[in-house]
Formats: sequence, C-alpha cells, structure tokens
Amino acid sequence: MATVAECSKELHVLAVDDSYVDRKLIERLLQISSCKVTAVESGTRALQYLGLDGEQSNVGFDALKVNLIITDYTMPGMTGYELLKKIKESSVFREVPVVIMSSEDVLTQIDSCLEEGAEEYIVKPVKLSDVKRLKDHIMRGEPQANGKSGLLKRKLIDDIQASSVPLSFSSSVACDLESSQLPSSLSSPNCPFKRPKLL
Amino acid sequence: MERNQQLRRQLASMRQSLFDQGHLDEQFILLEELQDDANPNFVEEVVTLHYRDSARLITTIERALEKSPLDFNKLDGYMHQFKGSSTSIGAKKVKAESTQFREYCEAGNGEGCLKTFQLLKRDYATLRRKLEAYFQLARQAGPNEIACRPK
Repeated sequence: MATVAECSKELHVLAVDDSYVDRKLIERLLQISSCKVTAVESGTRALQYLGLDGEQSNVGFDALKVNLIITDYTMPGMTGYELLKKIKESSVFREVPVVIMSSEDVLTQIDSCLEEGAEEYIVKPVKLSDVKRLKDHIMRGEPQANGKSGLLKRKLIDDIQASSVPLSFSSSVACDLESSQLPSSLSSPNCPFKRPKLL
Repeated sequence: MERNQQLRRQLASMRQSLFDQGHLDEQFILLEELQDDANPNFVEEVVTLHYRDSARLITTIERALEKSPLDFNKLDGYMHQFKGSSTSIGAKKVKAESTQFREYCEAGNGEGCLKTFQLLKRDYATLRRKLEAYFQLARQAGPNEIACRPK
C-alpha cells in the first residue's frame, strides 16, 4: 500500500526545538538525509503550522504533507509530550509519526512518551545514523496506531524494569520481536530506543 | 604553498590539542562530518550560534546566583538549556561542569553551585577563545582543512 512518503520519496519533516543550536543541527541532519525540513522553535508554533492551534487558520498545503514530526521534550511553554498529545488528538495528524528527542534518558519520561504514541524516543545528541534509520523506517510505511504496538512497547518496558540490566540508550542494540503481527520494519537492527533487547 | 602547509600543520595541531586537553569530545567530530563543499562553514556557524545563545544564559545564571535565597529550580532550568547547547557542540569540560552544577541544584547546595559556576565560566571562556583562534586560522588556511563528510 503506497503512502505519500513512498510516492514522493522525499520526507517532509517538522522539527520542533527551542534551542537555536539544536534546530540548526537537526535541520542539517535532515537535509543531509534528503528530507525537506520545517523547523520551529516551540510547540505553539508547531500547532500553528499544522493548523491545530484552534484559530480559524487553514492548515497550509505544505503542512498536510508532513510525514514526520520530531520534537524536543523539554521546552518552555508547551513540552514535547504535550505537543505529542495534541497531535494524537487530531484526526488529521494522528497517524503522523512523532519522535521525541531529549538529553534526559529518564525511563518514566520515555515510558510516558511511548505510551502516548510516540514513534521513538532518541537521546540527544541526535546522530546522522539516528536520522537515517528513522527515515528508512518511515519510508517503508508504518501503521502505528496506539493499540497493539503501544501495548507491546509497554510490555518491553516492563521487562526492562523487571530485570536490573542497565540499558545504554545511546548504543545500538539488536531488536528482538516475537509478535508476527508487527510490521517487519520494527525488527530492523539499530533501533536504540524503541525495542531494546534484553541481553 | 609553504606557508599554507605550515598553516595546515598548525591548524591540525591546534585541533588535536583541543581534544587532548579534554575541551572537546566526539560530538565535535560528528559536526565536522556534517560539513561538505556546499556547507563548508557549518561547524563555525553552529559554534557561533552556541556562543551567542550561551552568553545570554551565562548572564542570566549569574544574575540568578545573586538572588537570595537561590531559586534552585530556575537555576537548574537555565543550566539544563546551557548544558544542552554545550553538549551539541562537544564542549566536554563545560558539559561536565554543567552536570555538576545541576547536581548541586538538586541538593540545594548554593556554595557548590557558586564554586562550580566559577570553574565553568573559566573553561567556557578558554574554549571560546581557542575555538575563535582555530576558526580564524582555518579561514586563513583555506577550506580544505576542516574535516569534511566522506562522500
């Protein structure tokens, strides 16, 4: 089933970060990965761009083509988590994958983002390999509704908490998925913080 | 040509010492890898942006440290931003000092915050000075010298 991303072959990414430096960085990373980028400095601006700010503004034609939203977690005003929730509440944009970036690798924070439907949680600094992996994953098409996959993410986190194996989120770990109901893209290697394998 | 070779050697040596002295970590190298012919000054641009941004934060933190009693939550918030920006350019020492500062905030240790902040400011100024000199030399030496992204 062809998605917009597959047809156009160019991902349009909305990047949200209050830090000038990190915005410049993520823009460059995405540019190198042949993505079109729109970078904004806050959750509020992101919602405005998407036409979700409650104003009578019409969502721009460009905004409709957004294939991925990547947002910082800790931002003044609206956090990335709050932005994630608003996006998932929207009928127009709820299927758009949302990735959270953060310098903190606090398990409860990660957990709540994934439960709310975040595609992935990447610990900063974001690397080129993270972006390439994300892009590949999205280009392959991904029906990520909150339901089943959300439950699986939850289960994996429970497993992590049950064992006392410390996880290094910045290293690549192989992903090991038993469920055959998940799309094959999820079993790709090097998905640092989405499907960690317990060693 | 001779002069240029000399400049390049000097540049390479300057760069290496920044790593050897613990001022920079591998994040800086990752930034260099994002440079190419179309974006030959990317690292300098990011670093410049960082110093513009962080200078403002340093002043804010300084003012906040003059208040009594100290608002540790606010201080921690500012330092979180500062640390993020420093991490993004690979400023190793400064990043470590930011972490230490935040730990003191969490512990409500004002003395510790003040002491750490002095160290942080010193290392911040040192790195800034060295990077400015480095980029100035790089401009003289010509575009080839800064590591470029492999094709």
